[in-house]
Formats: sequence, C-alpha cells, structure tokens
Amino acid sequence: MHNKTIAELAKGLADGEFSSVELTRHFLGRIDALDSQYNSFITVTPEQALAQAEAADATRAAGNAKTLTGIPIAHKDIFCTNGVLTTCASKMLSNFIAPYDATVVEKFNATGMVSLGKTNMDEFAMGSSNENSFFGAVKNPWDTNAVPGGSSGGSAAAVAARLAPGATGTDTGGSIRQPAAFCGITGLKPTYGRVSRWGMIAYASSLDQGGPMARTAEDCALLLNEMAGFDPKDSTSLKKAVPDYTADLNQPLSGLRIGLPKEYFGKELSAEMSEAIMAAVKEFEKLGATVQEISLPNTMLAIPSYYIIAPAEASSNLSRFDGVRYGYRCDNPENLEDLYKRSRGEGFGKEVQRRILVGTYALSEGYYDAYYRKAQRIRRLIQQDFLNAFNEVDLIMGPTTPTAAFDLGSNTDDPVQMYMEDIYTLAVNLAGLPGISVPAGLINGRPVGLQILAGHFKESQLLNAAHQFQTATNWHQLAPNAGQ
Amino acid sequence: MEWEAVIGLEIHVQLATQSKIFSGASIAFGAEPNTQACAVDLGLPGILPVLNEKAVEMAVKFGLGVEAEIGMKSVFERKNYFYPDLPKGYQTTQNDLPIVGPGIIEVEPEEGKIRQIRIHHAHLEEDAGKSLHEDFHGMTGIDLNRAGTPLLEIVSEPDMRSAKEAIAYIKAIHSIVTYLGISDGNMAEGSMRCDANVSVRLKGEEKYGTRAEIKNINSFKFIEKAINHEIERQIELIEDGGKVVQETRLYDADKNETRSMRSKEEANDYRYFPCPDLLPVELDEAYIEHIRAEMPELPKQKKQRFIDELGLSSYDAGVLSATRPMAEYFEQVKERCGDAKLAANWVMGELSGQMNKDGVEIEQSPVSAAQLGDLIKRVMDDTINGKAAKQVFAALWSGEGASADEIIEAKGLKQVTDTGAIAAVVDEVLANNPQQVEQYQAAPEDKRGKMVGFFVGQVMKASKGTANPQMVNQLLKEKLG
Repeated sequence: MHNKTIAELAKGLADGEFSSVELTRHFLGRIDALDSQYNSFITVTPEQALAQAEAADATRAAGNAKTLTGIPIAHKDIFCTNGVLTTCASKMLSNFIAPYDATVVEKFNATGMVSLGKTNMDEFAMGSSNENSFFGAVKNPWDTNAVPGGSSGGSAAAVAARLAPGATGTDTGGSIRQPAAFCGITGLKPTYGRVSRWGMIAYASSLDQGGPMARTAEDCALLLNEMAGFDPKDSTSLKKAVPDYTADLNQPLSGLRIGLPKEYFGKELSAEMSEAIMAAVKEFEKLGATVQEISLPNTMLAIPSYYIIAPAEASSNLSRFDGVRYGYRCDNPENLEDLYKRSRGEGFGKEVQRRILVGTYALSEGYYDAYYRKAQRIRRLIQQDFLNAFNEVDLIMGPTTPTAAFDLGSNTDDPVQMYMEDIYTLAVNLAGLPGISVPAGLINGRPVGLQILAGHFKESQLLNAAHQFQTATNWHQLAPNAGQ
Repeated sequence: MEWEAVIGLEIHVQLATQSKIFSGASIAFGAEPNTQACAVDLGLPGILPVLNEKAVEMAVKFGLGVEAEIGMKSVFERKNYFYPDLPKGYQTTQNDLPIVGPGIIEVEPEEGKIRQIRIHHAHLEEDAGKSLHEDFHGMTGIDLNRAGTPLLEIVSEPDMRSAKEAIAYIKAIHSIVTYLGISDGNMAEGSMRCDANVSVRLKGEEKYGTRAEIKNINSFKFIEKAINHEIERQIELIEDGGKVVQETRLYDADKNETRSMRSKEEANDYRYFPCPDLLPVELDEAYIEHIRAEMPELPKQKKQRFIDELGLSSYDAGVLSATRPMAEYFEQVKERCGDAKLAANWVMGELSGQMNKDGVEIEQSPVSAAQLGDLIKRVMDDTINGKAAKQVFAALWSGEGASADEIIEAKGLKQVTDTGAIAAVVDEVLANNPQQVEQYQAAPEDKRGKMVGFFVGQVMKASKGTANPQMVNQLLKEKLG
C-alpha cells in the first residue's frame, strides 16, 4: 500500500479497495516501526489522524468525497496546526501549541485529508542538511550516513521512506527542491504568492513559499490543487484563478524550448552530476523538446544577495520570540534585558543566531545601503535575467544541487560551504519563480535531482514537463531499500 | 538677550476605525486587559497583517483636509526594537514613503494673528500595547488591547515659536480630525498624544539650537506647561554657560518638570526596512477624487461661510467654527431662532461663560441648542427682556424647567408692554422718591442722562424685571420733564 502514489491511493479509496482508516493505520504503523532510523517526524498524531480518517470514510460513505478525501499526509513543523505542537524544530517553540491552523492545513483538512503528524526540519527553516534541528538530525533513507537535505528534510525523508505518501514543505532558498533531490522524490516550489503563507512560521517573508512534496509530479499537481489560491489573510498571496494542475499533465512536449544556463554547469558541478542531468535532458529531446544554451549572468550574485535579504528579514521576523508571551523563557531572569538575552541565547540554535546577527548587521544604520539596498538591486538584476531567458525558452533546466547528498557532519563546520549547496536554487526564490525537482538518477546510490524552472504562474507547464519525464523514465519509482 | 523658542510637534491621532490597522480585533476603549487582542495582535508565529482600508481612507481625508500632497505610493516599514508591550519586536509604520506628504494648516493663536504651520508629513502606523507596573508585585503586566490600534502620526515642521502657538496648532489638528470624523479626539483616553521637539535660539538667529524631545504630554494644559518649562530650562542652561544635549525627556505632570529619558547615543537603531508582509499602498486619482467628494465642510471653510453668509466677525466666526460640536451647536441655535448674530452672542457669551465656570464641554451642556434657540426667540419677540433672558438661561442651565416658555411662565418673567401698567409703576416710583426727582430737575441737561438710571432701576425692581426697558425710559423722560 505504501508504495502506491497519491493518485493510486485516491483511486483505491474511491474503488473501495481499502478505507482511509486502514490506510492511515498502515502509515502510522510504518512511522512507528521505522522512523527511529530517520527521525523524520517531530510529532506524530495518531488519535487525530484516525479521527480524521474515520470522518473521511464517513464522508465517502455519504457520497461527498473529493479526490483527496482520506489521503494521509504529513506537515512540515513550520505550519501551525490547531491544538498540536508546532515547534519549527526549535527549542524556542518546543512547548508551543498553535491555537489556529495555517491556511494550507485548513485547506487539506477541509478536503478531508488526514494529518499523520509534523515533520522534522532545520530550525526555523535555516539550513540545507536538516542538521540544525533541536530534535536532532534527520537521516537520508537512501543512506543513513547522508543528510536528507534541508530545510524540509523531514518531509523529504518521510516521503522517500514511504512513511507518508506526500508532505508539505516550504522553500525559501531551495528548502523543498534540495531535500527532494537528495531523497529521490518530487518537490515543487510554487510561484511566490500562489500558496498562502498564513500560519506558516516566517523565515524570510519575501522568499518563503509553501509547496507539495511527493513521489511524482502528478501527486504534486493533486496536492497543489488543494494548496493554491488567494487568501484574504495573506496580502502577498495573489488573486489569480487556480487551474486544475492535473489537466495539462499529458500535453505532448513537442516544440518545447528548453534552456540550459551555462552558469549552472560550471566547475562546482561534479562530473557525475553533469552526466546525469545531461542524460535527463536527452530524454526531453526524445520527447520532442529543443535544447539551447542560455545565460543567467548574475547567477553567482544570488548567494550574497540571498544571504543578506533572508537574514535581514529573519532578524526581524524572529524578534517576536522574546520569552515574553509564549515559547521558551529562561529560568529566573534578573531583569528584562536578561530575559531577552538568555531566552533568545538559550532558545535559538547556532545557525539561527548566526543569521539573526548577520541580518541585524545588514540592516543597521550606516550599513543599510551597502548591504540591504544593494542586495535588493541585485535581486532585481536576477529577476531580469530570468525574464530575459524566458523570452527565448519555455523552461530552464539544470541540476537541483551541485552534488548528491553529502555525509552527515561533513559541512557543519563551514557555513559558507553549506550555503554553496543552494547555488542553483536560491535565485529562483529571489525571482519568485516556480521550480520543481524531479528524480533523475543515482550517484553512488544517492539520488540526483533535475531542476526545472518556468515563468511566473506556469506551474502547469512545469508539472506537464515533469510528468512527461516521469512517464518516460523510472527514476521516481526507485525506492531506498528501507522503503521496501 | 532675547530668546526665541522653536517648536515642532509630532501628534499621534488614534483613528476611529472599527477594527485594528492590521487585524479584525476591536479597538474599543476600556475593555478588560488582553480581551481585544487576536493572534495577529499577540504576534503569534505565522500570523500576517492585512491592512485596514478604512485607515487608509481616513489618512487620505486628513491629507486633503490640510491641503497636503497625497502619497500615491506609500510603503509600510518595520521599526525594530525590543519592548515587552511590542509583541512582534517591531512596529509596522511608514518611513520613507508616507501616505500624506507636505501640507499646511492655518492657526490663530490670538485674535487677528494668523500663522501658517507647515506639516512635514503624516504616516500610518500601529500602536503598541501597554505595560502595567502596578498591582503585579514587582512584576510588569502587559495589556495588548491597544496593540495594533491605527494611528496617524502627524509631524509638523519646526514652525511654532511659543507654547501658545503649539496649543493653537494642536487645537487646529484636533478640530480637523474631529470634523473629518477620523478620530474622537479624546485626549483623556489617549486618542491624541503629543511629543514636542523644543529648542531655543537668540532672536534673529537663523540656525536652530539643539533640540530636546519631550514625550508623554497628553492634555492641552500639560502641553503648554511642559513646553514652557522646557523653554525655561534650556534658556537657563545656556545662560549659565551650559549646552543643551539632544535627548528624549519625559514630562512629569505631577512635578511639572521634564527629565532625561535617553540621550542620542543611547537611542535605538531601529533598522527600518520595508515590511515584506505588506504590499505598497498604491492609490489612483479616482480614489482620491471619490474621497474628496465625501469631505465634510472643514473649520476653515466654515469660518469663511460664517463671515460671508452670516455676517459674523472673523474672530467670532473663528471661535464658533473651531470645533465640530461648537459649530454644530451654534448652527442649530441659529436655525432655531433665525438670527445668527444673536445666536453667536449667546453661544459665545452666556453659554461659554457657564461652560467655563462649570468646566463642561459643549457636548455636555445642560442647555440644548433647541432650548437656547427658543429662549432667543422670546427675546426677539419681546416676550422677555435681556435681563429676564439671563435669568431664564440660568434656570435652564440648572434644570429648573424644560423650556424657556415654562420658566418664563413659572417665574412670571413675561415682559410688561402695557403703557398704562408701566406708567402706574413709574408714577409710584416718582411719588416715593421726591428728593431724587427734585435733584434731577435741578441738574443741568448733561448730568440728567446718568441720573435717570436710578429711576429705571427702581421701576425695573418694582416690576420684578418684567417692564420693557425702552418703554420705561420713554415714560420717565416724559414724566420728569
């Protein structure tokens, strides 16, 4: 049952092959039996899940089921869930029970989906390896010596290990696509403004975007159908009709123009990775697409620009965690300043503190122009690069990451090396574009991700290309041994 | 040496929206602590602000009211600092691109002296909560009801030269915002709060002196006192060879003094940057015109109309148009009695006198505009004379009757206009005062005018004030020869 895709599970439920309660019990059983190896969940909510599954079965019996009614899913622990611990993988929120649901959670609940629990992540979504979690590192199901990627590492690992058929993630600089690539699953980062950020704990508000993580592009389309849409509670969400993202999946790709940015195939890219990506591109040519080299000249500036803008916003977004109203508070504060200093010093992990400091510095008087304003200017240049490119081609392709998953602990001493992991993904957030990572091979038994990018609100086109690729290849069907 | 003060004011006006600037919670005053704070106001993780369009509309109204440039694109920024009653660790406010640009306001600090005060800009922002230091046994309580209340911060240029001018300016702002209905203007409840930037310089000097900012001055009385105190402090300091330092000072109303709160060096670096959760506010001409069409008559226009159409003096028109309740009251009295000048005299005379004496505002006047209008009508139709009218007014004020007519009846104040009846009283008075009559008749013509007053007084007294004074005068002159 756990090897079925969401689309297959939905059919099974519709055909009465199994009930949502049976399905939910099955996944809860797998989490119980296997997750000690991966640490992909922070909180599992069996009672709530079974209650939701029963309700879903009742809805189906009454003839009111929708496509995804009764499908279990896991939520990244960055989404607020009413009455359930919502930690953002931080000591700071290790006792925080959200009094409301994020819009994404509310939408899934409304459609009758079942929430299995909350997945592990890098603390406050800051990290590329899922090693920055107060609840411990997550391990890659393909190789437990490897990281699963981050920050949505728990969601990626849970889906890869078949502990959940799909999960929510968030992507600020690659946090859906990079772990999807490392764990051999499919992850979509939608256009900024496509999915409501209400109830999604902010890291960098102008870059954060929630999206689906599943095994196939088709499953991502099904999930995005539920997630997307304008939310009056999020001023940055867009009033734009939501298409049926499954409608165009089977469009032929003949005549599709694919651009390969030369900057994405530079010296930091491993030879094996380059080979795997070029093989994937070949598949698209076989499907009728044409390929040309393009240039995104400001690619290298994405890292410095991102690592100013994201920490700047984070330094402000995380100010509310002050030990005054909720969350972690230090013992016996001597005075107000002591309360702030120790609650934040003890409540936040190292990487979070590092980014708060960087962001505070970048925004401070006398440095604002040199850092924040300049970073915003670069951001516009990067956006322009993409707009120019999309005048020539329909989709941009390249590797999601420079290498396959690295070993746990190998990058933890060098934050800048860790930041380099995001070189192909960051620019997409700066430009607000949609991007998807699809499995495209293995290097030494560790998965490789192909990243596909499209113009704003062209998710259907992305999903179409990804689905056609998955019709022609079987990389997405490979499972880690653990998943069998 | 002659010193001159230079004063600029920052006035925070609480806007009269139903809900907060970025959330749906109520802003009603006086609720139990933390009962009007929702997830957004508490700064819970994952919450997002949504701008209250009413607040934008009100800000634009103000801008149009002070003939300001409207910011067609304004941007909310975050002002970052830590404080327990600031739930998010930043205040969402406007900085580089405010919604209201430079404007101007005309004030009349004293009769005939018109001053133009320039407004630098006005911007929208959210209020913080309140820290409560009492009743918590050495700890601090936080009430977040006020957090997120919409404020319009109106920043003036340093165009005021005395506390009196500052007061006139604040009153003018108060008048405009209450006329526009964008604030209740209730200073006691904090709907208008004021910070003053004060410096002094030698008269004739071009350069400004170093300024101090005085915070926490929240009534007309305290503002005047605090500014005057600060001016004196600075002059004394300089004359004693000292230097004013740039700092924030807190006004203590109990001690009537300001004391240093923090110096420039200790000031926060607020790390302003555009709030990524809110889009820029972009307005178009059609929107502005729509609001312009809905603008009520403002004090300046009302004053001009009072002068042009009602024939009032500039000063009277100014006083009567100064506040919306005053203007409304006056216009109702005028409608009721039909005579603008009499209405003006009564509102500015008897009514204002009583209000001052009892310390009440016009909204609480025990004499309604209709009652006063009816009273004036009785003077106009000669039912009562002026003296009796004052008695009737006093009786209405103290609640002795529901209408002027009722009081006139009960007190028997109806004016006697019957010549025979008045002549009888006159004869009686002359008969009872033979000595005075003799003196009068012996006096030269130019002294007689004054002496007739005695007889008028006696006749009025004998008629219990009801005799028509003109007729009494007439008859006395005839009978005394």
